[in-house]
Amino acid sequence: MNNIFSSRVGIILVGVLIGLLAVLLQFFGNPANMGVCVACFERDIAGALGLHRAGVVQYLRPEIIGFVLGAFFISIFTKEYRPRAGSSTLVRFFLGVFAMIGALVFLGCPWRALLRLAGGDLNAIVGLLGLVVGISAGVFFLKNGFSLGRSYPNKKASGWLFPAFMLILFILLVFKVSFVEGGAIFFSKKGPGAMHAPLILSLGAGLLIGALAQRSRFCTMGSLRDVILAKDFHLISGVGSLLLMAFVMNLILGQFNLGIEGQPVAHSNHLWNFLGMTLSGLAFALAGGCPGRQLILSGEGDMDAAVFVMGMITGAAFAHNFSLASSPKGPGPFGPAAVIFGLVFCLIIGFAMREKME
Amino acid sequence: MEKTVDARGLSCPQPVVLTQQAINQGLDKFTVKVNSIVSKENVVRCATKNNYKTEVKGEGNDLSILVTK
Repeated sequence: MNNIFSSRVGIILVGVLIGLLAVLLQFFGNPANMGVCVACFERDIAGALGLHRAGVVQYLRPEIIGFVLGAFFISIFTKEYRPRAGSSTLVRFFLGVFAMIGALVFLGCPWRALLRLAGGDLNAIVGLLGLVVGISAGVFFLKNGFSLGRSYPNKKASGWLFPAFMLILFILLVFKVSFVEGGAIFFSKKGPGAMHAPLILSLGAGLLIGALAQRSRFCTMGSLRDVILAKDFHLISGVGSLLLMAFVMNLILGQFNLGIEGQPVAHSNHLWNFLGMTLSGLAFALAGGCPGRQLILSGEGDMDAAVFVMGMITGAAFAHNFSLASSPKGPGPFGPAAVIFGLVFCLIIGFAMREKME
Repeated sequence: MEKTVDARGLSCPQPVVLTQQAINQGLDKFTVKVNSIVSKENVVRCATKNNYKTEVKGEGNDLSILVTK
C-alpha cells in the first residue's frame, strides 16, 4: 500500500489538518492555546484517576485516547502494527517522568508550544528556544554513540494491551464512573480540567490525528532534531504548516492575543520556561520521539513508547503532588530544583548509555 | 569489503545516525538491515540526500537496504 502521507506533501497536509483541528477544539471548549497538549492532557488523565489531587486539572481527555486508538486502527489496517518491546524499559519510564516535569514547568509540551505561539503567546518562543537547546544536547549524545539498545518483536496480543487500557479509560469517561463517593474518577468542576470540547469532537479529532500522525510519522521533537542532526527539513515542513494553519485559524476565530504577560494557562518566568523545555527536549530526544509520537508508537505496538507514556503520567502525578508544576503565577516551589535534577539525570543517561562506535 | 549495518529494533533516529556514519566513513557500498517500514523510509531518505542510490530487498518488516554511491 502506497503511503502518500509519508511524502513531503503528505506531511504538510497532515500539519495543516492538525493545526485546524487543534484550534477548532479550542473554539469548541478546550482551554485557550491548548487545543491539543499531550503533556497537559496526560496530566489531566492522571488527575482524573486520582494519581494527583489538583482539582482544577482532572479529566479523562479523549484526545489522548483517540491518538492511541487512531494509530492502532490505522496500523492494523495498513499492516504496520508491530508489537515490540525490551529497549531499556525502566530508563524510558524515567525519561518520561522528567519529560513531563519539564513540560509542566513550562506549562506545555512541544505541540502546545506551537499552539501558544500561534495564539500570540510570546513566552512560547522562550520555550521553543529551550527545546532546541535540549534537542541539540540529545543530538550530541546520539552522535557519540548513545543507544537504548534494540527492541524485540513480541506477541500480537501484547501490543493490544495499551490500546485496551485506553479503551477502558474511555469507558470510565463515557459512563462517568465513580468508584467511591467523592473519589475517582474525578471530573474538574472548574479550571482547565473543566474546559473541554464535546466528547464526540475530542474523540473524533484524536482518532483522525492519531491515524494521520501515524501515517505521516509526525513528530515535533524529531522535526527540530532532524534539522540539527542532518539538515533534513522533511518533518519540520509538517510542523511549520501546523503553526501557520493554527495562526490563520486563530486570526479568523478571534483567538489571537499577542503578548507576554497574562497569557492563558501560561507564565512569563523566562528562565524556567526555557530550562523546563530544555529538560523536555533532551528527554524526548533520548527517548526517540515527542510525546505525541510516543502515543502514536504505543498505538502501533511499541511497548517501550507505552512505558514512556506511563512515565509521563506518573511524572504528572509527582509534579502536582510534590509542588513541581507551574501555575499562571510562575514556577512551583520545587519545580526549578526538579528541572535541575532531571537535567542531571538525562546527562548521566546520555553519557552512560553509549555504545562503542566502529 | 562489504559492511552491514544492523539497525534492526533501534529507536529513531539511530538507523539514520548509523547510515550517516557509514557515509561519513566514505564507504561506497554497504547494507542496512532494518525491521520497520519507518526505518526504511528514513534510511532511504538519508542516503538519497547524500546522493547515494538505494535498493530495498526483503518483505514485510524484514528489510535490507543496499546503499551504493
